Amino acid sequence: GGFGAIASPALAQDELEPNSLEDITSYNNFYEFGTGKNDPARNADALETADWRVTVDGLVDNPGEYSLEDLIGGLTEEERIYRFRCVEAWSMVVPWRGIELADILDRIGVQDGARFVAFETAVQPDNMVGVRRRVIPFPYVEGLRLDEARHPLTLMATGIYDQPMPNQNGAPIRLVVPWKYGFKSIKSIVRISLVEEEPPATWNIINPREYGFYSNVNPNVDHPRWSQATEREIGGGLFAPRKPTLMFNGYEEEVASLYEGMDLQEFF
Amino acid sequence: MAQAINQALRRVPAWPIYLLGFAWIGALFYRGATGALGPEPVEALEHAYGELALQLLIAGLAVTPLRKHAGINLLKFRRAIGLMAFYVLIAHVLVWAVLDLQSVARVWADIVKRPYITIGMAGFLLLVPLALSSNNLSIRKLGGATWRRLHRLVYPAVILGALHYVWLVKGFELEPLLYAGTIGVLLLLRVPRSRRLATA
Repeated sequence: GGFGAIASPALAQDELEPNSLEDITSYNNFYEFGTGKNDPARNADALETADWRVTVDGLVDNPGEYSLEDLIGGLTEEERIYRFRCVEAWSMVVPWRGIELADILDRIGVQDGARFVAFETAVQPDNMVGVRRRVIPFPYVEGLRLDEARHPLTLMATGIYDQPMPNQNGAPIRLVVPWKYGFKSIKSIVRISLVEEEPPATWNIINPREYGFYSNVNPNVDHPRWSQATEREIGGGLFAPRKPTLMFNGYEEEVASLYEGMDLQEFF
Repeated sequence: MAQAINQALRRVPAWPIYLLGFAWIGALFYRGATGALGPEPVEALEHAYGELALQLLIAGLAVTPLRKHAGINLLKFRRAIGLMAFYVLIAHVLVWAVLDLQSVARVWADIVKRPYITIGMAGFLLLVPLALSSNNLSIRKLGGATWRRLHRLVYPAVILGALHYVWLVKGFELEPLLYAGTIGVLLLLRVPRSRRLATA
């Protein structure tokens, strides 16, 4: 992606104050390591990240099992300070480091006919206590429409601040789609597939009434069990005021055109 | 064994339950305010208070079966346990309304629109008359039979509390189901007895 494409989000980021690394690494949803917010920080040490492989398949020119070096080596790494809004109505600001997904897609060669990108999280039953408990079906899967995947804001993150990606945040490589609820930003990716049909997405499978495939941050479409109009900012302490949630999590200018003509109440 | 326990308990007063309960509420709040509960203390407090309230309600429900089936008599602690459950529940509701939602409009909207909040609030309201009448004067004024009938409201209240917990989590989590199951067992233990009473 060119610099021009990210100039406006970069400007919009100037006012964002990133959360501390401590906040970012101690308050996580990563059900493979337990459902409590501090479970991942406690349990994710066990994740085996050495010799990580990512399977690339489907409608691509260069399918295969990629090492991280093969997948992203030589691509431009940037820092991106993004708002991160969880579907549970809390938010934080994370200074990610990573590569635009579009650059990876160019490397693997997307073929005509591919309309979606599907992702899959690692399953390491011996190392993941949550996988043994089966709180949700594993492996965790997610997907994006190809134009969403190619958007210059869409990142494959490999670090936070100047650290390699902490295990509890989805080491060694994860998706970051800042205008969507956090669960779309799938962690610890082991498979990238280019496909023709809309791929399954874990929370959408579990409860399609509550979690849509798109799951764009939208203050006007409530979760059936809670309001999405406002959010709690993590790290503000006991008495921090709620903040209004922004359309597309504040990235409306950059991404609204992706959804032109779509009824966002229906395709939530 | 049961007799030895009853003997020992005879010398234990009920007031430490209040002391420990309020100290725990205060200590947890202090920990939340000073960062010891992690980066999202509001949620942590909300959950901790809600869970303790449910635990105390379960403890209160266990008093009668324990006496019936194990011969252990905790009757003199039951009022303190029940009232403490209610006070912790007030803390839970206050954290939710004041620190989490922060506006009357949002509180009302949640009660009206969100079924798991609606039933949680209903359970809480059912406990209000019980808390208000948990004193000797009320027992005298209402008469034992009426008072006991009124206090059966704790059964629907605790069922609503358990449902509230089961309903609010994402995915399949064991803990809320364990609470619901325990409550189910404690309520089922009462059924034969009431049947016997009905035919007596």
